[in-house]
Amino acid sequence: MSAKKKQENQPDKTNSSVLVKEPSEKPKTVLMQGNEAVALAAMEAGLDFYAGYPITPSTEVAEVLADKLPQRGGTIIQMEDEIASICAVVGASLAGAKAMTATSGPGFSLMQEGIGYAKIAETPCVVVNVQRGGPSTGLPTKPSQGDMMQSRWGSHGDSPAIVLYPDSVKEIYELTIRAFNLSEKYRTCVVLLLDEVIGHMREAVSVPDISKYRVVNRLKPTVPPEWYKHYDEDQKYLSPVASYGEGYRFHVTGLSHDKYGFPTNKASEIATMTRRLKKKITQNIRDIIQIESFMMEDAKVAVFAAGIVARSAKSAINAVRKEGFKVGLLRPLTIWPFPDVAVQRMLKNVETVIVPEMNQGQIIHEIERLTKEKNDSDIKRIQRTDGELITPSEIYKKIKEVL
Amino acid sequence: MASISQKTIHQYLRHNKKFPHVWCSGCSNGIVLGSIIRAVAELEIPKDDIMMVSGIGCSSRISVYADFNSLHTLHGRPIAFATGIKMYKPRMKVIVVTGDGDATAIGGNHFIHAARRNIDLTVIVINNHIYGMTGGQFSPTTPTNDFASTCPHGNIDPVFDVCQLAIGAGATHVARSTAFHSLEVQNMTKEAIEHPGCSVVEVISACPVIYGRMNKKGNASKMMENMRDNSISLKAVEKLPEEKTKGKIVRGVLKKDTNIPEYTDSYAKLVERLKRGNDE
Amino acid sequence: MNKRFNEIRLSGSGGQGLVLAGIVLANAAVIDKKKVTQTQSYGPESRGGASRADVIISNEEIYFPEATRFDTLLALTQEACDKFLFDLKDDGYLIVDNSIVKNIALVSSTVYELPFTEIALEKLGSALPTNILSLAFLVKISGVVSDKALKEAIERTVKKAFVDINIKAMKLGFELAKKTKK
Repeated sequence: MSAKKKQENQPDKTNSSVLVKEPSEKPKTVLMQGNEAVALAAMEAGLDFYAGYPITPSTEVAEVLADKLPQRGGTIIQMEDEIASICAVVGASLAGAKAMTATSGPGFSLMQEGIGYAKIAETPCVVVNVQRGGPSTGLPTKPSQGDMMQSRWGSHGDSPAIVLYPDSVKEIYELTIRAFNLSEKYRTCVVLLLDEVIGHMREAVSVPDISKYRVVNRLKPTVPPEWYKHYDEDQKYLSPVASYGEGYRFHVTGLSHDKYGFPTNKASEIATMTRRLKKKITQNIRDIIQIESFMMEDAKVAVFAAGIVARSAKSAINAVRKEGFKVGLLRPLTIWPFPDVAVQRMLKNVETVIVPEMNQGQIIHEIERLTKEKNDSDIKRIQRTDGELITPSEIYKKIKEVL
Repeated sequence: MASISQKTIHQYLRHNKKFPHVWCSGCSNGIVLGSIIRAVAELEIPKDDIMMVSGIGCSSRISVYADFNSLHTLHGRPIAFATGIKMYKPRMKVIVVTGDGDATAIGGNHFIHAARRNIDLTVIVINNHIYGMTGGQFSPTTPTNDFASTCPHGNIDPVFDVCQLAIGAGATHVARSTAFHSLEVQNMTKEAIEHPGCSVVEVISACPVIYGRMNKKGNASKMMENMRDNSISLKAVEKLPEEKTKGKIVRGVLKKDTNIPEYTDSYAKLVERLKRGNDE
Repeated sequence: MNKRFNEIRLSGSGGQGLVLAGIVLANAAVIDKKKVTQTQSYGPESRGGASRADVIISNEEIYFPEATRFDTLLALTQEACDKFLFDLKDDGYLIVDNSIVKNIALVSSTVYELPFTEIALEKLGSALPTNILSLAFLVKISGVVSDKALKEAIERTVKKAFVDINIKAMKLGFELAKKTKK
């Protein structure tokens, strides 16, 4: 661990952080890139294994880890494609590793089958998707929020998803650690969704802020192997989980399975499995969901936005507030499961909700779904899919329109 | 074969949990499973150290029956999952059981890249020349002019030679046998497990119920006899004139090279080098 | 200059080292204990094509991280100068390399034209440090970060083998700025 800290202090790489030293020689504030923050935070969270395939705009994650992970005895491998990457990640996780991959749109599409596998096999892992413009190869170096729904529904079949959405480099660091913690706690694939701009942005991050996060680790089972059930419905979700090669010789399959992990066609056993997959998320929504309320207390108009668009919104809201109008922002840090309760409260309390997003309209459907009562607020949209950011002035104008 | 009793084999099966198995009568998959188990038993490798990974298809169902660490993965991807496991836990003996479609069609990319890396996996390709589980569609190893449900007018596709593909991609231990020669499969598997690098064992197998019926290959025992009569050992090939060996399945260890660095070993050395560098 | 909020755009083409210059400037701001964001926009090319780096330096929270109304614009190509000139604030600084940029649609006391690339070639023997040379000039003219912070940022950000030449470039940039400051 001490070796790792030393390595982060290498000043001669344009890519890596520069630590500002206080007289005590303790690193304080660092200029850090978003993608770099993913890599550094993942190691802070205990990353053992990374497999990936190069794709813009996510490559810095792999580049930083290729430098640092072997130095601390971790494992990194560049696979032949994104399908192989997610499969290797799931394999390593089943062998006990904290494992991650990072990609962007086209690669995220290729990974969907493997993500579904991680979900049905209840295998913790983290997938980072630095979103770029689409469809298809689209705009490799330009931002988009086109994968909001794909991150929820991209894999076939039906299962819940946990997707986190940071809006700053510091928050990338925090949510990367959180992504690992949630993946371990709920034994599932957690997706960290980034905007290209935030992945490539550099910001000052305070190191003392980020070194105090709690890290959730897998518990090892203590029962005799013949008693062990890999999917024990009686156990809490953060229950002991065996890893391959440690005496338990369990079976894992992508087929519907019983509590031991063996394939089954029995309706009752299948129902138990699918219920478990759903309930472990829906019953813990309060633990999983995080939102930010920005100047919402007295707001008459609210903006609902995630990631980089929320930053534009804050800028616009500050300007409108200076003119004396009551405007606020609701920002999901957890985009899936969707923060229904907070959104419903917002819909009751404000007259108009503006939903700006860098796609052709995805999250707005969730807001509309929750609009049930007559006196709920009006919903206005701002959508942009030309590879450019939604600017503060666009949101400012929209707010002024509806006021 | 005599040294391993039936009782020993039973100790390696999940007989209380998973039998009867899914395979048709006359299928070769059980024979291959027996050969793999005997190989492991002879090598006296603890069950806890064996990682059996399989893909999707009839042969890939093998992983559920043997009492090892077992992982039944996605179609075509067992080698990719296995690579993750082997990289993270190099001490485990990782055996991949896969079929012709799983390994050379949908999983062809992973197959050649595992060979290129020379990562220490033992890849057993059970080649029955057909997609059996989905009802008999042609695979990259279905012989040209044969019939399958998706080539009812005869197969126009050229075939992959699994072993030549592995050799060309850089696998360092490549062997072929048939399900009829179960002792040979056992010995080849033993050698493959012990080989430090990417090893491929192709086992030509019989699917009498689907492939056999579609191509009038006779019943299960007839197909076994064909494997006996239409195959020839590598040693014999060297002695016989070409016209006598033409069209026959060549059995034997086709490549063995122990001088190529093994991938997890190279990675361990890299980590070691960096550790030394940091200490200095 | 002690502005509350400072938007700087460094613009030109790929290969001119503008992203690196942006990172150096952002690091200097961190050393000066300012809030800072640095973003970039570029095409698929490693060399050629339009490239820009934005740095926002502020004493308060920065929300939108791209520069929209520039306090300072550095333009190292004609294309960049033409494209971004009209988003320069009325009192903003425009700094151009007039060995490349020949037409400027602006006459103001806040325009600085110097042949940075030629100066780098002549005085430093290479065009490579043009980015740091012009950045140092920009820093001295605008006062957006301290000289000391810039020096420290260069030492920490630039690859070791290139620190010396870049420090030389920085000193040269400071000198030029002292001479030409209006």
